[in-house]
Amino acid sequence: MAEAAESPGDPGTASPRPLFAGLSDISISQDIPVEGEITIPMRSRIREFDSSTLNESVQNTIMRDLKAVGKKFMHVLYPRKSNTLLRDWDLWGPLILCVTLALMLQRGSVDSEKDGGPQFAEVFVIVWFGAVTITLNSKLLGGNISFFQSLCVLGYCILPLTVAMLVCRLVLLAEPGPINFMVRLFVVIVMFAWSIIASTAFLADSQPPNRKALAVYPVFLFYFVISWMILTFTP
Amino acid sequence: MAAADELAFHEFEEATNLLAETPEAATTSRSEQLTPQGHVAVAVGSGDSYGAEDEVEESDKTALLQEEKQQPGFWTFGYYQSFFDVDTWQVLDRIRGSLLPRPGHNFVRHRLRNRPDLYGPFWICATLAFVLAITGNLTLLLAQRRDPSIHYSPQFHKVTVAGVTIYCYAWLVPLALWGFLRWRQGVRERLGPYTFLETVCVYGYSLFVFIPTVWLFGVLALALSAAGLVFTLWPVVREDTRLAAAVLLSVVVLLHALLALGCKFYFFQPLPPAHVAPPPRATALPPSILLPPTSPWSVATPDGQSLQAQHERTLLPALPTLRP
Repeated sequence: MAEAAESPGDPGTASPRPLFAGLSDISISQDIPVEGEITIPMRSRIREFDSSTLNESVQNTIMRDLKAVGKKFMHVLYPRKSNTLLRDWDLWGPLILCVTLALMLQRGSVDSEKDGGPQFAEVFVIVWFGAVTITLNSKLLGGNISFFQSLCVLGYCILPLTVAMLVCRLVLLAEPGPINFMVRLFVVIVMFAWSIIASTAFLADSQPPNRKALAVYPVFLFYFVISWMILTFTP
Repeated sequence: MAAADELAFHEFEEATNLLAETPEAATTSRSEQLTPQGHVAVAVGSGDSYGAEDEVEESDKTALLQEEKQQPGFWTFGYYQSFFDVDTWQVLDRIRGSLLPRPGHNFVRHRLRNRPDLYGPFWICATLAFVLAITGNLTLLLAQRRDPSIHYSPQFHKVTVAGVTIYCYAWLVPLALWGFLRWRQGVRERLGPYTFLETVCVYGYSLFVFIPTVWLFGVLALALSAAGLVFTLWPVVREDTRLAAAVLLSVVVLLHALLALGCKFYFFQPLPPAHVAPPPRATALPPSILLPPTSPWSVATPDGQSLQAQHERTLLPALPTLRP
């Protein structure tokens, strides 16, 4: 109906004439723009195909990853049932936490005999091989979580214990005594419980219901050992 | 070959006794699945050997057994998954069975029902290793509270030692035992002695009793644990000559006792070697008769009397000593 109707039509159609009467005034010009841009809202998420990340500044790159890590830290500190840790897993956070914990836990060079706290490598190995063992156990029991997702969750849930380590080191600067020990004990127990709750919130759903306890117990043991190392740390 | 009446409904006790006495009897499908006729099925052995050799009589069980015949190869993940095919209540049930060994009840036949798992042995050993190290550390801490001159340190290397010891014990000794039993029984088609995994499973669960009683690590825990092992091994070795059976069982008990004593000495010494310089009035104690020579007691205290008392207490390692 793009044609201009300039004549009212045949005399045979006398009755619909008023219907078509207004059409004579309509004129559709030829230069209505029928082209434009269609923006798909998801386009902004396809970052890897967008070559502009090559040209962005280093600060942008680093801040993007740091923000992702920070977002996951928030999810650990306020554990809700969410999929963020599982969906966008990364291992930067666990690495940062593990290195921080191992640096703080390693024995100083003064106390260099056999009887002492763990070395850096020992803490590192315990954390990573512990996490790998728990993941393997979970998969062998029939869980449907992927290997790296599980490592990601277990690594991120060390965050409360790292905070406990920081607090313990600060508390140890004060004078030693039973009150010192009780404060440290309380802090470590609270953070241990927090770690367990956080990791269970993420991991428990991936197991069949009759094996949940079998999958959660190694997680408990893992965080218990780390808590013990933190509690017995003497500078 | 099983007669038709052996496949009929039996009481659990009779069925498992039958299986224990005549391991050649044909076994039917898994215990978790009731067959359509409502028979209580007796558990099959680890699928590779038993499943392959049984003849299936009822046609409706053919499909089930064929499923079991296709054991995945050892390079696949599914092979190892078959060893973790346990539920929570099963693990707890097996642990309960190991805590209360009874002479008539064979752990492998009655509790494991010939379906060994690796979850129990692995995590019980891990727990025991960490609990040993932690309790040893606690002992040192408490000793230091009593006697401030003792130098307290986290002693992290004990974790490594504990782990290596426990895992070697729980895996190498069953290997040796299994090999010995296989050799003694000849090459009968694996229906006589237990499979390697069943032996590992028995040893793993038998170590569980040390976890709650680790503070004692004494005769009671040792007796319970060794009793479980002996009652499990008895049906297998009683067909052997009396001498061989007696020697085997006593070696098993002896190794277990050595583990217990070794752990007690290494982890629960009340006064570890001190690394602080002793004061001039040090009284170096003579190396005690029963303690291992690697731990010289050169701890110096001003109060030799209490030290002597502690010395006396630890000279009697066989008695359970409760550390205050």
